[in-house]
Amino acid sequence: MVAAIRVPKSRRAKRELLKHAPKLVETGKKTLILHGTKTSAVLNSVLSDIYHLKRDNAVKYTKKNDKIRPFESGGESSLEFFSLKTDCSLIVYGSHSKKRLNNLVLGRTYDHHIYDLVEVGIENYKSMESFVYDKKLAPKLGSKPFFAFIGEHFESAEELKHLKEVLLDLFRGEVVENLNLAGVDRIYVCTAISPTTVYMMHCAVRLKRSGTSIPRMELVEVGPSMDLVVRRHRLPVESLKKEAMKTAEHSKKMKNVTKDPVHGKLGKVYMPDQEVGKMTLSNDVKGLKRERREAKKNKEHSKKQKVNPSSES
Amino acid sequence: MTDGDAASCELDLGNLMAYDPSHHLAATPSSREELREECLRKATELAQAVADALFALPPNEDRDGPIVRLPPPTTRLPREKHLPKPNPPTKWEQFAKMKGITKRKKNKREWDEQTQSWKRTYGYDRVNDDKDIPIIEAKATDEPGVDPFAQRRDDKKKRVEKQEKNRLENLKRAAKVGALPSHIQLAATALPITGTKADLPKKSRKEDLEDVAGMASSATASGGKFDEKLPGEKPPKHPGKHRKFLPVVEGKGMGNLEKQQNDKILNSLLAKSSEEQIDVGKAITMYKVKKEKQRRKDKDMSSKSNKLKPQKKPHKKSSKKND
Repeated sequence: MVAAIRVPKSRRAKRELLKHAPKLVETGKKTLILHGTKTSAVLNSVLSDIYHLKRDNAVKYTKKNDKIRPFESGGESSLEFFSLKTDCSLIVYGSHSKKRLNNLVLGRTYDHHIYDLVEVGIENYKSMESFVYDKKLAPKLGSKPFFAFIGEHFESAEELKHLKEVLLDLFRGEVVENLNLAGVDRIYVCTAISPTTVYMMHCAVRLKRSGTSIPRMELVEVGPSMDLVVRRHRLPVESLKKEAMKTAEHSKKMKNVTKDPVHGKLGKVYMPDQEVGKMTLSNDVKGLKRERREAKKNKEHSKKQKVNPSSES
Repeated sequence: MTDGDAASCELDLGNLMAYDPSHHLAATPSSREELREECLRKATELAQAVADALFALPPNEDRDGPIVRLPPPTTRLPREKHLPKPNPPTKWEQFAKMKGITKRKKNKREWDEQTQSWKRTYGYDRVNDDKDIPIIEAKATDEPGVDPFAQRRDDKKKRVEKQEKNRLENLKRAAKVGALPSHIQLAATALPITGTKADLPKKSRKEDLEDVAGMASSATASGGKFDEKLPGEKPPKHPGKHRKFLPVVEGKGMGNLEKQQNDKILNSLLAKSSEEQIDVGKAITMYKVKKEKQRRKDKDMSSKSNKLKPQKKPHKKSSKKND
């Protein structure tokens, strides 16, 4: 019976397991980068560039994995296992074959099960090293990026809408409330050049002095640039999507409660109008008896009064 | 948040995102360089729009720079894990709620009457420790020969076991609802800390267990024949002999079994060496199968379009070997 439950034996292991627990308000998602049996030089470069862009919260596997076929029903179990092991909910899987050149599958998981997938092909790739720029402008690791999505196709094409969502999820980092305006230094620019292709660039942002208090933006291309050609995509199952989009319940505001420093917590009690005149008498016997007694007494008294004057006269 | 200026882009400040859905790319830009220039130009406009909105927010001056409070993001993205379920109340918590018992804070140190000193409430040097009791006075209800110190130790052990049982019951109840605390995993589904998926304990099926039990029961010197059967144990599935021996003495009615056996062995040996022997039975089967396939193909061919298909290589009729 005891063996049916596994408990971590050390405090450190317990702390690590608690980090993987589901939270009410979620912090940043981690990314898992891996590849299949065959990769090309371009693909290797792409994967390592993405890893460098997301250094703090990404895990890169170096070995090749042959049992992964993301779009087939049985071939996802390895991905789900790795997602569980490394606690990553974003997956970037690269593979290269004659039929699908420079193939990159971007996937998201929900509860360590595959939520949705987008398969893109990489074309016209330029790596981070090939760009020459002033090194002082280089964006710092972990800074919150700007996003610019250009093109009507992002609205009209289903695949590009999906790709836009996945790219936003992949690169946005943590959701923060307070932002240091001096620390904005990068922007991801995605242009839809056709209903199936997105031209993606990564630029550093330079804030230049302008006349007003708002600085002027200047973009310098620093990072990898590539064309993403959407090949296949799988949207999430409707029921799973509904569950995943649920947000934490906001505590309901209590009505009719006011706090008074003198009296403490106050509330108003609203009584409906009682309309005493329209109420029927109760069955309160004692009260009735008393009424009758009194009525009788009054009648006797009045009778006596009546008799007396007659006798007097 | 829609921006109603000339750029007409949608802003999501929480994600620092600007989206221009109305931009038409000029018909096939002639070169990659031009495309790049145009994208950069457009992106600068969008970035400027975001920056305008950002710097318009009221900043708190900090030593690192102006810090603004971002609004929550408008684009909804899916969660990565389910919402955490609150733990169901334990049995003690339910009882306490019913009775109205509230928790009271214990102090770290308490006065120990036995040793007349301040001791910890629990742990190393604690209050009411069994070690500190030198003498236990005998009561009228005590039986002679019973060690009161051992009695105390047994009582404590029983209490600890009972508590452990209750704790596991609470965990089971939480697991049923699905709200198991996350550092505790069920052994059946828990991942090994190091290792691959192959190391996961696989649940044995009923048939596998029965087979193994049957094999084990007959794996004795006398083939499990004289062992007492346990209540509820079924007889082994494949009992009896696994080899066939010829009878020692042949009766009159039977044919020459030994001769047949020898012939069979010799034929197979000779067939291996010679090249002309064919297994008639197998040859007939092969011919039938081939004919069936041909018939099926002809039927398909007549139903489909009459496209010329490359002819398959005819099978070579090889010499039959009795493998």
